[in-house]
Amino acid sequence: MATDRSKLAFWLLLAPCLIWLVTLIILPHVGMFLVSLREKVGVREYETSFANYAVFLNEPLYWNTFARTAYMSIAATILTLLIGFPISYYIAKLTRGRTKTTSFLMCLIPFWVSELVRTFGWMILLRETGVFSNFLQYLGLVNGPIEMLYNDAAIMTGLVYTSMLFMVVPLVTTLDSLDDSLIEAGYDLGASGFAILREIVIPHAMPGIVSGCIVVFMLSLGNYLTPILLGGKDSLWFTGLIYSQFITRFNWELGSAFGFLLLGLSSLIVFVGLKLTGQSLGKTMAQS
Amino acid sequence: MLTDVPDLQCRSISKSFDDFKAVKDVSFSVPQGTFFSILGPSGCGKTTLLRMIAGFQKPTSGDLLIKGKSVIDVPPNKRPVSMVFQHLALFPMMNIGANVGFGLRQRGVNRSDIEKQVTRVLERVGLAGVAERPISSLSGGQKQRVAIARCMVLEPDVLLLDEPLGALDLKLREHMKIELKQLQSEFNTTFVYITHDQSEALVMSEQIAVMNNGVFEQTGTAKELYYEPQTAFVAGFVGEANRFAATIKNRADSGLQMTTAQGQVLHGTDAVGGLAVGDMVNVFVRPEAVRLSRNAEGVSGLSNAGQGKVENVLFNGANSQLILRDQQSGAEMSVALPQTGEFRDLSRGDLIHFGWEHLQTRVYAATGDPHGH
Repeated sequence: MATDRSKLAFWLLLAPCLIWLVTLIILPHVGMFLVSLREKVGVREYETSFANYAVFLNEPLYWNTFARTAYMSIAATILTLLIGFPISYYIAKLTRGRTKTTSFLMCLIPFWVSELVRTFGWMILLRETGVFSNFLQYLGLVNGPIEMLYNDAAIMTGLVYTSMLFMVVPLVTTLDSLDDSLIEAGYDLGASGFAILREIVIPHAMPGIVSGCIVVFMLSLGNYLTPILLGGKDSLWFTGLIYSQFITRFNWELGSAFGFLLLGLSSLIVFVGLKLTGQSLGKTMAQS
Repeated sequence: MLTDVPDLQCRSISKSFDDFKAVKDVSFSVPQGTFFSILGPSGCGKTTLLRMIAGFQKPTSGDLLIKGKSVIDVPPNKRPVSMVFQHLALFPMMNIGANVGFGLRQRGVNRSDIEKQVTRVLERVGLAGVAERPISSLSGGQKQRVAIARCMVLEPDVLLLDEPLGALDLKLREHMKIELKQLQSEFNTTFVYITHDQSEALVMSEQIAVMNNGVFEQTGTAKELYYEPQTAFVAGFVGEANRFAATIKNRADSGLQMTTAQGQVLHGTDAVGGLAVGDMVNVFVRPEAVRLSRNAEGVSGLSNAGQGKVENVLFNGANSQLILRDQQSGAEMSVALPQTGEFRDLSRGDLIHFGWEHLQTRVYAATGDPHGH
C-alpha cells in the first residue's frame, strides 16, 4: 500500500516534466523529422526521401554557413571561458560577503532587460553614428565616421556578452567549492601561481568549465537575434537560414532538415568536447 | 651534524589585524630535531603564528630566521618549511603518488627520480605500494601519513603541523599521537605542532610553549609545565586544577597562609615569588594531588585537610573524579578517584576526609581573570 502511494507520488511529481518533454520537445521533433523526410514532387504531392538533406549537401552556401556557425560558436565559447574564468575566480575566491553578492549581481543585472534591448544597446554603441565612432572622432584618432557593426567582431562581442552569465554561474559554483587550503598547500609545496592554476584550480573546476561551455555553445549556436542584428545581412548564421526557409520561403521541408542538421551538429560537438576533456555529461550536470 | 644554529628562530614577532593584536612580541627558538608544540585555547593566536612561519601572513614587526637566515621576505613557495594542514588539504584530483610527488614536480626533479623518492617516502610512512590509488581510498590515519609524506619528501628544515589530529576520532587520535612522535624521531626533522589539546602536546613534545592572548605564557618541557607552571593561566590550562580565590594572611618560610572568601584556611607555596601579606591570589590544587581517607587520622599530617560530602562521582575509567563539597566552607573540589579499589564503593552523599600538601598548592597573584575562558 505504502509503495503504491509512493509510486503514485513519484509519477505525479514527474508528470509536469514528462508532459513538457513529450509535448514540447519530443512530439515537435518527431513531427519535424517526418516533415524533413518529405520531398515535394507536385502540388500537395509528397514522397519520402532524403532529398532535403541532399539539397544541403549540394549547396556550398548552406555548407559554409553551417561550418561558419559552428566555428564562430566554438570561438565565442572559448572567448567567454577566457573572460569568464578570471571574473569567476575573483568572485569566488578573492571577495567576501557584500562585495561578493554585489559583483555576482552585477553579472546578473544586464539580464533584467530583454535580449533585444541589450542588442540594440550594442548597436547604439557600435554603429556609424554611434557612441564609439563619435568618441574616436572627438579624440582625433579617426578622420571620418567608422562603421563597427555588421562584421564578425560585432557578432562575437554580442555572443560573448549574451552568454557571459551562463559561464560565470557554474564556474563560481565550482570554484566556491574549492577549499582555500588546497591552494595554500600547493603554494606551500613550492608551486608557482601558474602551476597551482594548472594542477589544482582547473582540474577542480573542470565540471563547471564543461557545463558552462556546453550551455554557452548551445546558446550561441541557436542564437538568432544577436547575429542578425549585429551581423546584418552578411551574418550567415545557420538559424537565419532556418528562419528564412520556414517564414520567407514557406519551405518547411528544407527548414526541418536544417533544424535536424543543427541538432546533430550541436550534439556531435558537445560529445567530442566531453570526450576530449574526459568528462561525462552526468557528472558535469550533477555538479553544477 | 649538530650545529648551534637553531632551525627556527622567532624574534619579537607581532601581528595586528586592524586594532586587534593577534600575536604580541613573541620570541622563541627551536633547536634542530625538536618536537616543539604551541599549546593554547582557540583564538590565542597560535594559528596566526604558524601561518606567519609558513609565510601565508606577514608579521607586523619582528624577524623570522630559519637555519640562521631571515626568511621574512621569502614567499611561502620558496621557504624551506612545509605545512600539514588542519584538514590535510590532500589534492583530490590526483592519486596518492602524484600528491606526494607534487612538490618535487614543482622543483623540476626528473620523472624517474620523483618516482624513486615517492616510493621511498611512502615506504617510510608504512604505505608502500599505494601510489596509484586515489586519495579517497585511504582511511583517516593513512591520509594523515600521506600528508606528512608529501611534506617530508621535500626534506624541509621545519615541518609545521596545524592541529592535524583534530578531525580524527578518539581511538585513532591516541594511536596517531604515538605514530607522529615516531615519524618525527625517524625523520629527525624539527616539528612545530600547534594544538589546543594538552594531552597531544604533553605526550609528543620535547618543548611546549603555552600561548594565551597572543603571548607565550611559559615555554618548557611537559614536566615543567605540569609540575612548575609559572603563571596562573598555565596552572589552570595544563592539566586539571581546583582553583580558589583567596587573600594572603601570613607569610612564613614554610609557605603562605591564606583565607578564602568563605573563610576556608589554605596553606600553599608562592609559585613565582614576590607575594606579600594582603595580596589577592589564585590558588591551584591538582585533583590528583589530593589524598582521600576514611578517617581523620589518614590526612592529619597534611597541611590542608577537611571533610567533604560526595556530591557526584564522575566515573571515567582511570580518569574518574569525585566532586566533593567541603563541609566547613561549602567550597566545591574535584578529586581524582584512586584506582586502587579502596574507594570504589563511594557514592553520592558519603562523607570522606581529604587533604593535600602545601607544596602541591601553587599560589599566583590574582590579575583579573587569568583563565581567559
